[in-house]
Amino acid sequence: MAMLEIDDLRVAFPRGKTDEIEALRGVSLRLEKGERLGVVGESGAGKSMLAFAILNLIAEPGRVSHGEVRFEGENLLDLSDRQIRSIRGNRISMIFQDPMVTLNPVLTIGQQMIETLKAHRRISRREAHRLSVEKLKMVAIPSAESRMDAYPHELSGGLRQRVVIAIALLTDPELIIADEPTTALDVTIQAEIMALILKLCRENDVALILITHDLGVVAEVTQKLMIMYAGKCVEAGDTQTIIGNPKHPYTSGLLQALPQKAERGTKLYQIPGSMPPITALPNGCPYHPRCPRATEECRAFMPDMKQGVACYHPLLSAEETV
Amino acid sequence: MTEVKTAPEPMAATGGETDQPIVETRGLEVRFALPTHFLSREKPVLHALNTVDVAIKPGETFCVVGESGCGKTTLGRAIIGLQEPSAGEIYFNGQRIDQMDERTRKPIRRDMQMVFQNPYASLNPRRNVFDTLAEPVRHLMPEKSSSEVRAQVEDVLSATGCDPSWQRRLPHEFSGGQRQRIAIARALVTNPAFIVADEPISALDVSIQAQILNLLTDLQTERGLTYLFITHDLSVVEHFGTRVAVMYLGQVMELADTTTLFATPKHPYTRLLLDAIPQLEGGSFDKPRTPGELPDPVNLPKGCPFAARCPLATDLCRKERPRLRQLETTATQVACHHTE
Repeated sequence: MAMLEIDDLRVAFPRGKTDEIEALRGVSLRLEKGERLGVVGESGAGKSMLAFAILNLIAEPGRVSHGEVRFEGENLLDLSDRQIRSIRGNRISMIFQDPMVTLNPVLTIGQQMIETLKAHRRISRREAHRLSVEKLKMVAIPSAESRMDAYPHELSGGLRQRVVIAIALLTDPELIIADEPTTALDVTIQAEIMALILKLCRENDVALILITHDLGVVAEVTQKLMIMYAGKCVEAGDTQTIIGNPKHPYTSGLLQALPQKAERGTKLYQIPGSMPPITALPNGCPYHPRCPRATEECRAFMPDMKQGVACYHPLLSAEETV
Repeated sequence: MTEVKTAPEPMAATGGETDQPIVETRGLEVRFALPTHFLSREKPVLHALNTVDVAIKPGETFCVVGESGCGKTTLGRAIIGLQEPSAGEIYFNGQRIDQMDERTRKPIRRDMQMVFQNPYASLNPRRNVFDTLAEPVRHLMPEKSSSEVRAQVEDVLSATGCDPSWQRRLPHEFSGGQRQRIAIARALVTNPAFIVADEPISALDVSIQAQILNLLTDLQTERGLTYLFITHDLSVVEHFGTRVAVMYLGQVMELADTTTLFATPKHPYTRLLLDAIPQLEGGSFDKPRTPGELPDPVNLPKGCPFAARCPLATDLCRKERPRLRQLETTATQVACHHTE
């Protein structure tokens, strides 16, 4: 049994009085203890929806309409609010994109950290304070002791995100879900923060689900990779295998469109068109209007996941490109 | 670059085309006065640009890279005339433009246009595409008749890959990539020679970024455009740029040909930036990194702004600000005491 098992997870939102549309359309995955998974897709592909659904955080009027999320064998979707609170923020932590939104601006860093600890552990204030300083040191925050009394606005963007990571680590979680943790940060700070997340996950044997649109970051940090398109997983497998030898035409297109893949001065490969909104999905494979390999079959039926790819005409070798 | 302070020799507007830069700044400074504290006599000043000298050649793609707060956007805005410089001079085709009054400057504005970062914010949501595109022509080219305006709008729409049927539609009906095409069309509608593109692809999805970059390349070839391309993404610079200026806290730290800069980066900050690019092969995030933060631009350190993060920093760096100087061995200009 894997640590996290997700089967055919679906999230639906009401449209009109009786109708529903699916934002997440059947995603399955397995994550072992200490394993790092990257989830890559464009905005609207359903990556964040997946993160929220795992923690049963889908806001009304949306709902998880189908599927299971088993964490250590227990289906998180069956738990009561009270039960899930003992897991969410405790055994599974989250890191979100913008630390200015995540942190409470009117509480000091120390107050927020101690509050988190006291919500999940029966410990004294002094002990909570000691543990908090320890975690701040772990994420390499200079003069950690005095930062406990600082307010979020007194810290730079990079330091704030370090604080968020320290809070995520407070309860020694088994899994961290990080949703675009460095998108709001500068390139040099992004490298520092991602290197830090990678190091901490390795040292403490913490599993990671890293949601991002940046294939470079995923290549650096994760072992497994899942590519999402229009609410579905279109390709999944080992990160370096997929990057070296993508099977789905969409994955291949994304990789070829990267400037670092193209020769200087030449034109970049471009995927035509744009991703359809979930309210106006075409029949069959959602990628077929943009796909150079699409046939009648693709226009009529949605391909199932087979050998890590949901495509009737996958690329077979590393030499082949779309 | 030492004769910054001397008076410029008068240049004929039609001077030698090969040598004369299309846009040049000399000792350009932009300072913002911050609100004073009511108990304090101090007048805090933010130095957004600190003596910037760049010369952009006709037909090139001049890239400006740096992290947020380094002054790259302020440089673009100052050149285009959206931000008044506090000191220094700006030239366009040899003509000084920063002190011009609005009436003399107006004909020059047709030749210099800007594409902004976020097409969700830069298009007026209540104006349809035709009105958005016709406005610059009506304003900057008042001699055009209304049928000429219409022809010009239709031309630029087809040149930027927009459908002619879009003209009566409003911005909310378009996706991000389509909006950015419209924003590019608006910048091109007066047939400018020089475009400031401020992070034109960073708000777009990955699969759309390549479309917009290719469009910009095509337009440059077709129309002989010169770009000032502002970005934080070095992999885009490597692919797209002719020359690069690396900025840090309002200063140009290194200026070189793109190929030279990527092959032999000279400034320690440039090396730090290059090391931060995630690699598809992986493995580069395992290297030890020293945490660093941008110093406060309000109380700029006296010496080199990068000294606090720099592995090569000495007492000299903390005391004296290095000027941008030409290296003897390569064509690179660098502002560092310890680079040869």
